[in-house]
Amino acid sequence: MFSHYFTLFQGCCYRVCEIWSRFFSEAAIFFETGRASGGAAGAEALLAAGGFRWHGGRVPDSASTFPPRASWQQGGRVLRLEGSWHRDAPAPVIEGSPPAAMPERYEAEGLRGFDSTLPAFLLAHARTAGGAAAGPWQGLPENLRGLMELALSVPEKDDARSGPQKKSGLRELGRRTLQVWQAARDAVEFTGESVLALGRFATGRARFRARDFWEVLQQCGAEALPIVALISFLVGLILGFVGNVQLTNFGANIFVADLVAIAMVREMGVMMTAIIMSGRTGAAFAAHLGSMKANEEIDALRTFGLQPFDFLVLPRLLALVLMMPLLTVYSNVIGILGGMVVGISVGIPPVLYWNETLLSLTMTTASLGVMKSFFFGAAIAICGCMTGMNAGRSSAAVGEATTRAVVASITVVIVLDSAFAAIFTILDI
Amino acid sequence: MSAAAQPPKARISARSLTMAYGSFVVMRDLEFDIRERDIFIIMGGSGCGKSTLLRHLIGLREPAQGEVFYDGESFTRAGEAERERLTRRFGVMYQSGALWSSLTIAENVALPLEEFTTLPARTVRDIVSYKLSLVGLAGFEDFYPSQVSGGMNKRAGIARAMALDPDILFLDEPSAGLDPLSARRLDDLILRLRDSLGSTFVIVTHELASIFAIGSNSIFLDTDTRAQGAIGPPCFLRDHSESATVRRFLNRGEEGAPGKPAS
Repeated sequence: MFSHYFTLFQGCCYRVCEIWSRFFSEAAIFFETGRASGGAAGAEALLAAGGFRWHGGRVPDSASTFPPRASWQQGGRVLRLEGSWHRDAPAPVIEGSPPAAMPERYEAEGLRGFDSTLPAFLLAHARTAGGAAAGPWQGLPENLRGLMELALSVPEKDDARSGPQKKSGLRELGRRTLQVWQAARDAVEFTGESVLALGRFATGRARFRARDFWEVLQQCGAEALPIVALISFLVGLILGFVGNVQLTNFGANIFVADLVAIAMVREMGVMMTAIIMSGRTGAAFAAHLGSMKANEEIDALRTFGLQPFDFLVLPRLLALVLMMPLLTVYSNVIGILGGMVVGISVGIPPVLYWNETLLSLTMTTASLGVMKSFFFGAAIAICGCMTGMNAGRSSAAVGEATTRAVVASITVVIVLDSAFAAIFTILDI
Repeated sequence: MSAAAQPPKARISARSLTMAYGSFVVMRDLEFDIRERDIFIIMGGSGCGKSTLLRHLIGLREPAQGEVFYDGESFTRAGEAERERLTRRFGVMYQSGALWSSLTIAENVALPLEEFTTLPARTVRDIVSYKLSLVGLAGFEDFYPSQVSGGMNKRAGIARAMALDPDILFLDEPSAGLDPLSARRLDDLILRLRDSLGSTFVIVTHELASIFAIGSNSIFLDTDTRAQGAIGPPCFLRDHSESATVRRFLNRGEEGAPGKPAS
């Protein structure tokens, strides 16, 4: 039986993989051909035949009639350049093997024009042959010589090239381990710093702007009400439907009220609120602080002697810790209303449903979720602010920090919730 | 002045160009021509609309009135495909380089080449290192923009602007925030690129030293009248401009006498 399902599952997986790989290969082909057709746009005639023309961004007709060609002659002492070197022309034909030293002179009589491909080709060889700005450039047209001199006037910086280092599994493992260790230390440090900041706040030594605090309070409180209401209502509805189907089998569908009330109040209300706030507010904290970091705004605070931690993290932490319990209570109520809609639709009178709900809830049950919400709020604020404050100084780093904030806060919330579940079971609450 | 006469070949022309943010008029009735191989300077005090004019010329903002022409073709009235074709003719370096921060410097320069040409990867790599060599950044291929200095970011921005070999280059404040030697080197680079490639440069700047060193023509935007103060080669305007504001600007506040040659 089990193996049968497993084969079925495996089949499904293969199918999905196949569809994805086909999609990607077709997308790749589409982009390739799109590029190929876009390249020839803007064709324009070469104005003067002969002479050396710089085809800046335009495709001369001569590109196809005079294919680019480079030939090393007399053992690499002479480089003969011919044809029209253009990026839309056919690939240049290279004859003879490139010598280890710079050529002594060039023959460019057959050269019909060029764009960056020719100086790029010459430079690539000059770099390997140890060419210098001074030349020799005999025989090259004036403007090409000017470009080569300019390109070689600053020596290549080779000592600091941060190219791909030698790959080694052991080194990678060590690097990863150190990263994890560093991340864990950062998290502990940041949490400790938050506690200290709360201490400073309690003793009135923390300094931040009250206006900032009210603004954050509004953002993560009042402005979150609609989305919390929608999600909680739907979760209540879902719990009601699922419970109703099962409980009707026993002829006990009045207990839908108990099920919805207890599930909402103990777990779902606080959990859904925490997940919404992770995505909404935790991400916003990370993005805001991350871009402040990228703009050197945090450094500016520090040079004024303001503690960036107190100034930026503390108001956010306080606001979320204050608002999460309120949002949780709100979510609980809305969720129970959602369950009640299901109850009414299956014929339970509203008064009866309400009484059953009240009977099922004790003060202890009702306060469990609210108690957890303080911790969840703090966890979300700390994850969001920490990833923001530790973000790199670029726009990509801000995006990365935001992603990390959401993933970390949802993970931490769920881990905390399981810890609470274990504790409550042991304490028999 | 000479620029007002029939130009031999105007790469870019503005005709009664009026720029506005909503109902706030930044500059009205700008008329100028930028000829081939010109190094055209857009100058004026802070906040007079220099960068706004640049953004109008490259099509990031639409003029409230008037038109911009490239080689006699209207850029303002062009359709989407037409516009894309005209856009391919110029490259832009933005004030702070505006390199894509998730890509290395080499990938920044390579991106337009990979998107718009069918060159093999090896050739793209050669072209990228050639462009970086031109701006003096050879060997910095694998660095991220955040790992190098602001001046290097600007130079890499120029290399990226040149990626597709455009024959017009727009530079927004290329030498602002650079030390005098780097600024000098940048001026040198611009002159040599102009001489070797025959490119046309349009440069927004208020660094007087560079204006006189490289500018072959210029426009002065006057904040008080919200109109063009003067057009002409900067060295000429410094001593001979009819407008006292322009002379004051180009002499760092010490007003030269009108019409009297200083030298």
